[in-house]
Amino acid sequence: MKSIFKKQVFALLIVLMGFCKMAVAQDVDLFKSMDEQDKKDKLNQTDYTTAIFKTTRMINGQSIENVGAGVLDVKISHRFTPINAGAKGLWGLDGANMRMGADYGINSKLMVGVGRTKGGLFDGFAKYKILRQSTGKVTMPVSIALSGGVLWNTQKSNTLNNYTDRFNYSGQVIIARKFNDYLSLQVVPTVIHYNSVATSSMPNDYYSVGVGGRIRLTKRVNITSEYYYRITKQEGYVNCLSVGVDIETGGHVFQFHFSNSADMNDRSFIEETTSKWNVDAVRFGFNIARVFVVNKPKEIKL
Amino acid sequence: MKKVILIAGFAALLSTSAMSQKVYATKTGQISFDATGTCAEPIKATNNQVDSKFVDKSGQIVFNVLIKGFKFANALMEDHFNENYMESTKFPKADFKGFITNIASVNFEKDGTYEVSAKGTLTIDGKGKEMIVPGTITIAGGKPTLKASFNVPLKEFIHGSYIGSQISDNAKTVLVCKYD
Repeated sequence: MKSIFKKQVFALLIVLMGFCKMAVAQDVDLFKSMDEQDKKDKLNQTDYTTAIFKTTRMINGQSIENVGAGVLDVKISHRFTPINAGAKGLWGLDGANMRMGADYGINSKLMVGVGRTKGGLFDGFAKYKILRQSTGKVTMPVSIALSGGVLWNTQKSNTLNNYTDRFNYSGQVIIARKFNDYLSLQVVPTVIHYNSVATSSMPNDYYSVGVGGRIRLTKRVNITSEYYYRITKQEGYVNCLSVGVDIETGGHVFQFHFSNSADMNDRSFIEETTSKWNVDAVRFGFNIARVFVVNKPKEIKL
Repeated sequence: MKKVILIAGFAALLSTSAMSQKVYATKTGQISFDATGTCAEPIKATNNQVDSKFVDKSGQIVFNVLIKGFKFANALMEDHFNENYMESTKFPKADFKGFITNIASVNFEKDGTYEVSAKGTLTIDGKGKEMIVPGTITIAGGKPTLKASFNVPLKEFIHGSYIGSQISDNAKTVLVCKYD
């Protein structure tokens, strides 16, 4: 009796083991495990925000954006004369200030740019991204970049006697956030340094804060605006306000705008805008940016 | 007693071999596509981190790719791909869930190349479509490599003004996965 009972128990155990193995083996469901993995990844992976703005300039000033590594971004900008010229003056289009320049991406965080404005104003800058906005595992609410520039004035002048008098420097901290697909904003504390000022009572350094933003209308069209508020000011000048539209195509970004400044370098448009925003001062202008890939990343072939 | 233990032992062994299945996996599969239409610049990208698994007994197979993992030669094109076409922030991954319908014809013990066909759902940008994809599984040294070439009809998944003109509606896709 005992031995038969034992055999039956063992047999039952073996059958049960077999069933257990069957049940465990059939539980491999790749669809389910992939969905679970996706959920985990959303929490574990960091998603870095891209395309806060469409190009490296807000309107006149720097934006948070950098040019991609190995990419050359050719810039042509015009600022026309005030629109109160009426039909006879083609609403200001008859006269123009012009800047030609190019930006280059050295790596994903660092870019440089040079340019020349009509009449002999040369500018150069470097912009370095120190923090990127991200969600997921690493959360960062803003992107931050540092930008430093130099302006070299080669125009004839009675007041700039020494060679070093002809240089101005700008330093900016660009703090930007993409709130959603439709709204991005940036704040830009700025210092402009003059090597030479008109009188000894004037300071050499001027502080200001820029604010800029864009509202997306369609996938390729944004409304933009930029305003620089001067904290320490030179007398006789006003703050610069610009509003415009960005239109993006495959390789170009067209920026059309109205501004009360005719200048395209940091020192001049921030610190030396002469006229308040009214019909006598507002002028039409545009920036065209065209991107060329100069250094392709190594392509991996299959 | 000894007999019983022997029988139990054999039964356990038998049950193991009858129920065993292997899950082949890789996290470094390669996928690339070419969607050049009338555009002067080639529209090509590669992703070298395809996450894929398949079960040898049932033929169940999955592929999972991170959209931001597709690398283009042109950084701006990559930006537009993510921002304007793929909505990568909303749908960070694309996947295929299906079955290799003729998995039984593959002998995983014997080196060689076997023609296979997978049937399942391809999901891109949140939209799913049933697809049947032919491919080959090559066994070498006990490890399978899966290769497939197929077309992805883009308009079924994403929309954008240039699809059908500068961007071809058919993205020629090549997939190579080496499994462990």
